[in-house]
Amino acid sequence: MSNTPHISRRELLRGAALVPVAGALAACATPASQPTATTSSAPAATSAANPFGVAADKPLEVWIFDGGFGQDYAKNIHQPLFKTKYPNVEIKHNATKEITKVLQPRFAGGNPPEVIDNSGANFIDFGALSQDGQLQDLTPLLDAPSWDDPNTKVRDTIDPSVIEIGTYAGKFSVLGYVNYIHGIWYSQKVFRDNGWEIPKTWDEFIALCETIKKSGKMAPFTYAGKFPQYLYEPLLTMAAKIGGNEVLVNIDNLEDGAWTTEAMKSAATAWAEVGAKYLMEGTTGLDHVQTQTAQNKYKVAMLPSGSWLENEQKTTTPPDFEYGMFPIPDVTGSDKMPYGTLHTQPGENFIVSAKSPHPQAGMEYLRGMLSKKAAGDFSELVRTLTVVKGATEGREISPGVTSASKAVTDAGANTVYYRWFNWYGPLKDEAIAATGQLMSGGLTPDKYLERIQKKADEIKNDSSIKKYKR
Amino acid sequence: MIFNRYRRGLFITSFLAAPVILYLVYVISPYIQAFYIAMTDWRGVTATPRFIGLDNFERLLGDGTFWKAVSHNGALLLLLPLITIVIALFFAFLLNVGGPQGLTGIRGSKFYRVVFFFPQVLAVAVVAVLFQQVFRPDGSGMLNGPLMALGIRPIGFLSDPDVAFWSVLGVMVWQAVGFYVVLFSAGLASIPRDMFEAAQIDGAGRLSLFFRITLPLLWDTVQVAWVYLGILALDVFAIVWVMTDQHGGPDFSTTVMAAEIYRNAFQYFRFGYASALGVVMFLFTVGFAILSLRLSRRERIEY
Repeated sequence: MSNTPHISRRELLRGAALVPVAGALAACATPASQPTATTSSAPAATSAANPFGVAADKPLEVWIFDGGFGQDYAKNIHQPLFKTKYPNVEIKHNATKEITKVLQPRFAGGNPPEVIDNSGANFIDFGALSQDGQLQDLTPLLDAPSWDDPNTKVRDTIDPSVIEIGTYAGKFSVLGYVNYIHGIWYSQKVFRDNGWEIPKTWDEFIALCETIKKSGKMAPFTYAGKFPQYLYEPLLTMAAKIGGNEVLVNIDNLEDGAWTTEAMKSAATAWAEVGAKYLMEGTTGLDHVQTQTAQNKYKVAMLPSGSWLENEQKTTTPPDFEYGMFPIPDVTGSDKMPYGTLHTQPGENFIVSAKSPHPQAGMEYLRGMLSKKAAGDFSELVRTLTVVKGATEGREISPGVTSASKAVTDAGANTVYYRWFNWYGPLKDEAIAATGQLMSGGLTPDKYLERIQKKADEIKNDSSIKKYKR
Repeated sequence: MIFNRYRRGLFITSFLAAPVILYLVYVISPYIQAFYIAMTDWRGVTATPRFIGLDNFERLLGDGTFWKAVSHNGALLLLLPLITIVIALFFAFLLNVGGPQGLTGIRGSKFYRVVFFFPQVLAVAVVAVLFQQVFRPDGSGMLNGPLMALGIRPIGFLSDPDVAFWSVLGVMVWQAVGFYVVLFSAGLASIPRDMFEAAQIDGAGRLSLFFRITLPLLWDTVQVAWVYLGILALDVFAIVWVMTDQHGGPDFSTTVMAAEIYRNAFQYFRFGYASALGVVMFLFTVGFAILSLRLSRRERIEY
């Protein structure tokens, strides 16, 4: 029950052997020969107040991705809340910008920590973790009573897409905590001052770009040119709006010709036109912070991003800037999905390690995070929405979050998402590279889609890559 | 007698054992492990990888991105040593014997010596971040700012796939030249002064001094430089990973073998496949080493 690492007799003998380094080296370079069984410890008795059987004095180790949201929310909101119920559980808080570098060896060595915010550019591949049984099945969490109300299950307090997206190999095992809402972001002040209207159709959008360009006040549009995934996001959402949700489902499922459909062609053609005519000068070489800062300096009017934007830019945004976001405009007049269709997707993914010493406490920690208080405080602190329903009710929230949550309400059931970029890394990098080329005129819309399709086919035919379906 | 010899052998062996064991453990065993991992489908987190034989090697034959990376390493292997050595020789010559009198450095040579060496002192990551700013594609860029002020369209040093590779090569040359200036200067210092004096008395100009005296007598040093720079060209990683868009982009236009290994291991979690790429890179490097040792066998000039 103690937390000191368990050393087997064989390891001890190996340690004392003539070449101790050899053993240590073998353990770090290659997978450990046998992970020590840590889940065998019997959990404490469960009760309504302690549904997973958290041991009262066994420590809990938490790793937070120190990215756009920082780590203060964990230290100042989630952990104190957990402590109110389990004062004797010692919480070991850690934060890193490089989840993989720190934690991959610990998985391979068989002693992973309990709670991991597996996010950022260098997260550990969920497919790899799932394939190896490293992910704790979080279904008991869904069926447990919520932290706030013993008569409501956790399942009913969160956005249902969380469960769908967090399911790997039939088990709900990844909890997306933040509800990312994607759209085109602008300054409400700038639009008001110039009399510019939110475009409802693509023709209006192009006309608006033209007006802004002619006004000479600022460039119409930009995106994080160094990271073209910021641009394939509106492109894919637009394709789904034109051709219906199955456009994205087929892409995720690696269906033949999923990338080269008519809907994708229309979307690629529309964005290529923006790339050719309305981009801020230098866009292709700038990163997200540089382009977003250009917007804060009123050098460009619109850019595609997600609801983390406001928090990310809080130090450079002028006080009267007033962030707002609008959804992808209607394109064809007969789009399959109505105006207001949004791409919303749970992100900031938390996992509990199945092979950690105290997974029960890990699940309990997540249950605490999903309480209304924790989620509401989180939204106020980092200016973003969580997947907990109604957590921001009656709270003072920023203009961007207000705008985004209104867009979600307006969209209703018309939301879409896609998962291929998390499932198939090589496909993601190919799409990123190709999208950059589409926007700078190096690829025609047809060639662009053919190129990504080719990569998708390659992955489909590679037996070593595990395939997913939705 | 036999006993004595045995004792002596034992004595020597006991001294050699420690370094040999260290070498086996720290150098040979990781290689063997890498070869083993290359034949598994290990994804980095499991304790029991599956053995799949040579599948990974078959797969990499059809991996277009990897071969693109190989071609970039190949281009660097040809260009980096050539350009660096030419520039470094030129500077070393100017600093040591290129002055107006022929046997002294040009004016301010001591100052230049420090300036040339300065890039070598900076960490690669620092250089990469520095040049990201130098190459910025808008008015804030050190190169594009003046261009744009003159009304010239900004150049996408790192964002145009046709230009990015040359930008990387330029930075690598910039960083390497200083070291070879110092190396060649040291080589020049060991050439007897009277050779230059004699040549000068015979009426040799600066060009003849360079091609008839300096270059032939420095040839050994140049070869060393060539091998070093070749290895640098083969295992380049940090500058590409930190400086270029999308770690080897845009559109994979600057990617190199080491970057593809890293990408496959730590981003796609295909550690087995990444090890296979590593094995191929190892073979390329060993091949280069053998080749350059063979080709550089040459008679030494005694002086």
